[in-house]
Amino acid sequence: MKFERKDLLDIQSLSVDEINLILDTAKSFRQVLERPIKKVPTLRGKTIANLFFEPSTRTKLSFELSAKRLSADLLNFSSSTSSVLKGETLLDTAKNIMAMKVDALIVRHSLPGAPHLLATYLPISIINAGDGAHEHPTQGLLDLYSIREKKGKIEGLSVAIIGDITHSRVARSDIWGLTKLGAKVRVCGPPTLIPVEIEKMGVEVVYNVEEALAGCDVVIMLRIQQERQSASFIPTILEYREFFSLDERKLKFLKPDAIIMHPGPVNRGVELPAKLADGRRSIILNQVTNGIAVRMAVLYLLLT
Amino acid sequence: MSILIKRGMVVDPASHREDVLDILIEDKIIKKIGKDIKSYGAEVIDAREKIVIPGLVDLHTHLREPGREDEETIRTGTLAAAKGGFTTICCMPNTNPPIDNPTVVKYIYREAEKNGVVEVLPVGTISYRREGKKLSEMGRLKESGVVGFSDDGSWVVDSNLMRRALEYAKMFNLPIISHCEDPYLSKDGVMNEGYWSTVLGLPGIPAEAEEIAIFRDLSLARLTGSKLHIAHLSTRGGVELIRKAKQENIKVSCEVTPHHLALCDEAVKNFDTNTKVNPPLRTGKDIEALKDGLREGVIDIIATDHAPHTQEEKELEYSRSPFGIIGLETALSLVIKELVEPGILSFMEAIAKLTINPSRIIGIDRGKIREGSMANLAVVDLSRSWQVKEEEFFSLSKNSAFIGWTLPGKVEFTICKGKIVYSEDLEFLHEF
Repeated sequence: MKFERKDLLDIQSLSVDEINLILDTAKSFRQVLERPIKKVPTLRGKTIANLFFEPSTRTKLSFELSAKRLSADLLNFSSSTSSVLKGETLLDTAKNIMAMKVDALIVRHSLPGAPHLLATYLPISIINAGDGAHEHPTQGLLDLYSIREKKGKIEGLSVAIIGDITHSRVARSDIWGLTKLGAKVRVCGPPTLIPVEIEKMGVEVVYNVEEALAGCDVVIMLRIQQERQSASFIPTILEYREFFSLDERKLKFLKPDAIIMHPGPVNRGVELPAKLADGRRSIILNQVTNGIAVRMAVLYLLLT
Repeated sequence: MSILIKRGMVVDPASHREDVLDILIEDKIIKKIGKDIKSYGAEVIDAREKIVIPGLVDLHTHLREPGREDEETIRTGTLAAAKGGFTTICCMPNTNPPIDNPTVVKYIYREAEKNGVVEVLPVGTISYRREGKKLSEMGRLKESGVVGFSDDGSWVVDSNLMRRALEYAKMFNLPIISHCEDPYLSKDGVMNEGYWSTVLGLPGIPAEAEEIAIFRDLSLARLTGSKLHIAHLSTRGGVELIRKAKQENIKVSCEVTPHHLALCDEAVKNFDTNTKVNPPLRTGKDIEALKDGLREGVIDIIATDHAPHTQEEKELEYSRSPFGIIGLETALSLVIKELVEPGILSFMEAIAKLTINPSRIIGIDRGKIREGSMANLAVVDLSRSWQVKEEEFFSLSKNSAFIGWTLPGKVEFTICKGKIVYSEDLEFLHEF
């Protein structure tokens, strides 16, 4: 099977075959990461630009390293140092970078659809590295990869996603990916942070964490942001923690071999205590390593 | 100069007439309507197999002049109107400066007289500077020629001010036109709140933002006994509220736009900024209710909410792009496609909602074909379909959601005040 796409904008529009192709391709790149020489010549001569209009550590470094492991040249661009401050539009900024003969743009933006705007107007590959609350497809794919690595499969698993679903692009990408591959997904959070009609995406909504965790194979914790207090989504972070953070007691509701995931960065002590973030069930750092392999696979499939 | 329109099917909802007739126009006026009229020296339009309708009347146009002449001017907006079969358009006051004083009203009349090709009737603001804080000088605005009052683009949040506006407007017998949107509920929203806003991660505007505002304004219309017109109705709940209000004999009328009938919120899924409108495109269920409302007469008129924006403003991230799309040149065809072809309205009923009904709401003697009336007419070929092309818009802005669509019904001639102001056949346009 060939990957016949110019861009990777979301998981929603990917077929099961396409998802499996990316995950299988990632598996071979994952092995490369264990070698003493962690570099392959696959994308030699290709140029990729990181366009980050929103702060990011993990995703930006992960894409950077993925490109380098494939021997591509990489440009880094972040909005604070750019002409965006001078009033240049997103499209114009991207066109100018494209004019430097770049083969692909990796785009992180605070507004949903920003990568789609570029994909519509530009002939080069656009990879969505997170657009507002819309999607974060490579995060979704690396989550699928990490679950499959630990559990051997996705189909039939029960997965709980807990936290601020409304503002989470990771939740949306995970939901599409997991449900397409046959997992049962529950989302849980305060009702103010569960978007309307999300059931139609094929998930179950519960407000009680214990109920959400019951019998789950996987729990994905999401970050809660301070500013949700001022906008009255929640009264206080303190209260949020009491209801929605994970702790030893709540863990008992999970299956004994259940794993804990988090897309990072973790608010230690808020949604996840340090002890659990670093504990034996946590696969948070595996997610980070697998992220490189998955992003290598995406770049490889789009650019060769 | 005289014009003779020969053997067209005349459809005039005001008189319920539907017959093959000749129409003779002399000196801006419909001189004679009848069979086999002869007139030597008149310019003859052969309207066989064509429909002749009253020139369309739009209660909701944004002409952008003064202030945003890069988006639209009175010249280009009226050319677009003529192409769409409109001969009278009411321009909304959210210009810069806003239409909140007689000077701006006079400026618009003068510009329209000089450079416009169809009639332009300004709507004045409800509040001074459209700020929602104190009343504009409605009396002086009326004296200078406004046909209604609206803070379009913003709801008058202060209920007491809205009450006073409704009461005060009573002495002029002009409607208060309300843009119903609770700004606290719609805050930051850029599309309908529902499944698609959830999928796309875009902040939503719930239907309730409109319904709450409509409920309050209907209550105030009942309290004051004044004439209220609800702009661009988009929700099922809104239709129900107005249906009930009409049963209670509250003096309310309302409009719907063609785009709220033709598109639902799923259209946003590719982040095309030409689907960003306010109120937002709603769901299939809302569209059904709007169509029911049209059929039952709950919704009186169809208005375009023609809202031009430049290419630069639309080639942006969805959230950053301004609300609004153009509509004058596609309105009639969309009405035929969405309402007449599926049998929701007869052609005559649809035309009533684009001619005589809006004329009655603002109390103007337009929208009918009658001997002695102003010669505002359009000749339409219903058997022709056409493709919407960006480069063919007369509007200065090209922000249409319908580019690429094939639509039924082509306006072939538009006549305003006895002059041909649009014709596909350029020789008729020698006067420009």
